[in-house]
Amino acid sequence: MASMETLARLMRELEDQLVVCMKCGMCQSVCPVFDQTGREADVTRGKLALLSGLMEHIFDDPEGVHRQLNKCLLCGSCAANCPSGVSVQEIFLKARAILSGFMGLPPAKRLILRGMLANPRLFDHLTAWGAKFQHLFTRSANEIIGTSCARVMSPLVQDRHFKTLAPVPFHRQAAAIDRPAGTSGLKVALFTGCLIDKIFPNIADSTLKILDHLEVGLFLPENQACCGIPALASGDLATFRKLQAHNLKLYTSGEFDYLVTACATCTSTLHEVWPQMADERHRDTAARLARRTMDINQFLIQEASLKPLSNSAAGGCTVTYHDPCHLKKGLHVFSEPRAVIAATPGCTLKEMAQPDVCCGMGGSFNLQYYDISRDIGQLKAAQIQASGAEVLATGCPACMLQVSDMLSQAAAQIKVRHPVELYAAALDA
Amino acid sequence: MISNALVGQFKTLVGDENAWSDAVDLHTYAYDAAVVDPVKPGLIVRPTSTEALGQAVRLCNENGLPLTVRGAGTNLSGGTVPLPDGVVIVTNGMKSIVEINEADMYAVVQPGVVTAKLAAAVEAKGLFYPPDPGSQAVSTIGGNVAENAGGLRGLKYGVTRDYVMGLSFFDVEGNLVKSGSKTVKCATGYNLTGLMVGSEGTLGVFNEIILKLIPLPVHNKAMMAVFDSLEKASETVAAIIANRIVPATLEFLDNFTIRAVEDFSKAGMPTDAAAMLLVELDGHPAQVEEDAERVEKLCRSMGAASIRVAQDAAERDRVWAARRAALSALAQLKPTLVLEDATVPRSRIPDMVAAIGRIAARYDVTIGTFGHAGDGNLHPTILTDKRDPEEWQRVEHTIDAIFDAALEMGGTLSGEHGTGLAKCRYLEKETSAGTILFSRRIKRAMDPNNILNPGKIIAAKA
Repeated sequence: MASMETLARLMRELEDQLVVCMKCGMCQSVCPVFDQTGREADVTRGKLALLSGLMEHIFDDPEGVHRQLNKCLLCGSCAANCPSGVSVQEIFLKARAILSGFMGLPPAKRLILRGMLANPRLFDHLTAWGAKFQHLFTRSANEIIGTSCARVMSPLVQDRHFKTLAPVPFHRQAAAIDRPAGTSGLKVALFTGCLIDKIFPNIADSTLKILDHLEVGLFLPENQACCGIPALASGDLATFRKLQAHNLKLYTSGEFDYLVTACATCTSTLHEVWPQMADERHRDTAARLARRTMDINQFLIQEASLKPLSNSAAGGCTVTYHDPCHLKKGLHVFSEPRAVIAATPGCTLKEMAQPDVCCGMGGSFNLQYYDISRDIGQLKAAQIQASGAEVLATGCPACMLQVSDMLSQAAAQIKVRHPVELYAAALDA
Repeated sequence: MISNALVGQFKTLVGDENAWSDAVDLHTYAYDAAVVDPVKPGLIVRPTSTEALGQAVRLCNENGLPLTVRGAGTNLSGGTVPLPDGVVIVTNGMKSIVEINEADMYAVVQPGVVTAKLAAAVEAKGLFYPPDPGSQAVSTIGGNVAENAGGLRGLKYGVTRDYVMGLSFFDVEGNLVKSGSKTVKCATGYNLTGLMVGSEGTLGVFNEIILKLIPLPVHNKAMMAVFDSLEKASETVAAIIANRIVPATLEFLDNFTIRAVEDFSKAGMPTDAAAMLLVELDGHPAQVEEDAERVEKLCRSMGAASIRVAQDAAERDRVWAARRAALSALAQLKPTLVLEDATVPRSRIPDMVAAIGRIAARYDVTIGTFGHAGDGNLHPTILTDKRDPEEWQRVEHTIDAIFDAALEMGGTLSGEHGTGLAKCRYLEKETSAGTILFSRRIKRAMDPNNILNPGKIIAAKA
């Protein structure tokens, strides 16, 4: 390992962003992790102080700071509430990259990120094998929610109730598509996203149905790679940039008005993180694409003027909506998904208390800190149940995984759906 | 260094999971929200019960460990910056609202209860806890009481002190001391409650606090008056009070702050205005409406360029959003923000506003001024970069000059942020040598080993 002085020098790249924090401590009021632990090192003000500490060469080793830096959901609640406008996510992602570069990636992460995620075809093959054999190790946990749990106790899975891999991923259901705009005069590119492709293909399928219904043209390239956020969250800048370059090449080969995704995290990554973290060569392309990137709900309401369906055949149900952090806090998208639900016949929106509080998923946070993640998720599940709604809708497949786990463990009989799934189902009815 | 054996004793008291001595934890309890140098403590403890709290205080005293109590660490005078290798007692493990009594209109809370959470719980029962410090979303009642925190409603409703009916606290030996009562009247014993409010953790450690509640006002009305001169705005403040009208809030924003808010929030603020007043009246509907008309007339007769009365809740929210954005908007402009709270008798507001302008020009520093004009508590906010030593020196001169100006007008160093570390060297200027001596004697009697947040309020030992 290089010297701590070298690390201090690397961290100084962040100095101008770090000094923006005036230590007012307002982040304590919104941080889901701090709410559970009450420990300053778990809240953003504390983490920023730790990064400044590295810069000032206060610590003998970086391990403790690295651990705290990773104990974060990257939900953006603090940044959305920050009086000084600290660029929290950018600082944290850059600091994770600096620290991982300095300390090296742990072998397991290296294997998963560089060995698998960085190679889209291999990733697809491995998950296809997983989908074939997963039933040997899992059994159904909740029929309504569609979750499973482990047949035998496993330290990795613990007592989670999870969604299994789809038997056929989306990229095997829909081949490459390049279809011109219809009567709408609009054409979009769809970025599928790993979770939707491999676990929730029905969300992508529903998106296609609605776009078809609205006569919106579609560009759907083959061999899409991950958006890169799991790599970047682990500090693996090289893998992130490899995935980004791969995707930029795919999407600059097509013509479209907007790039849409149905995954809150992918949207936020393409929109915010891609331009921030791109290398010099790809920065302008990434920025141009970012400006055209949009959440699917936002596109349907703002650009495609989605109309309420007058479809009396659809049965009535009450829906409550959970705001994914990556839509509401970063991109200010919150009315549009509700408008999609309102446009769906038979769906009545019933708000839960605090719909925009984080569900506690946070990607790899859920793997590393499942206890805290579950405590946060259980608060969300209780509010969903208290709303009395029959369906929980949310615009993010990662939130859907977490909420499914929590509702299933609480033995709730509440379906978990993406807003586009509800609307598309009404189209079928 | 605190020995491992001693850390072990604290762990036995509060549980392993609530005593932290890792380098990472220590570094994150070295600061609060004040612009003062951080100091690394030696141990953090987070008691979750009355018993553990009292025992922890006793253990600190027996071992001569300096002890600093901390709620949310939002202190603006450095009162929660610990001593080197000292102990920090974090109160957020004791955050229960013990009781909200509607019949007798009081609440009993543990010190770690967050101010805004108490206010919301009380409001849900149709009652009102008025003190609303700017950090209320995170600040704790324990911290508010220890600092005698204020807020926007001071003019009509007073400050934290006016709502503390009683409290129990641990003395330095860990004995539980009770003072005050749940009754409106209480004439037994010394008024220890009065002594403890604003004592900044230097005399004892709070265990439970009894707070007075009042009925929630049923009606309110907000308005915004724009002025083309600072004098007209500040004279209007004086005129409203002189006409025996007591608004719930009467806030002031200068041109610099107005422009910063507009750049920040694009709310359509009058950027060419010299100053703005934001007024909210509350109470009985008939009186609110009548007073609102009188305030409007007064503003016009005092030369307001325009005045806008909020017609509905949404418009009222927009008026207050502008005020709430003031600190954020200023904070975005420079890395370091020094938020002062020197306060003058409210009739001297015009003089104070003028003095701040002269001081800013003399030392060539950027000051945005906003704040609670109605109670004489302005917030001259100095924007700087502490990394520039030459500019920082001018900022320190500016702070001195602001204090001098406030004291000359019969004012005080701090309206609501406390003395802490930042203002203790000025305290004698405001009071007297005798006051410092008397305070030190009280401190020595109650804390003979000088372990309770030493160095705050009264700097050195007598």
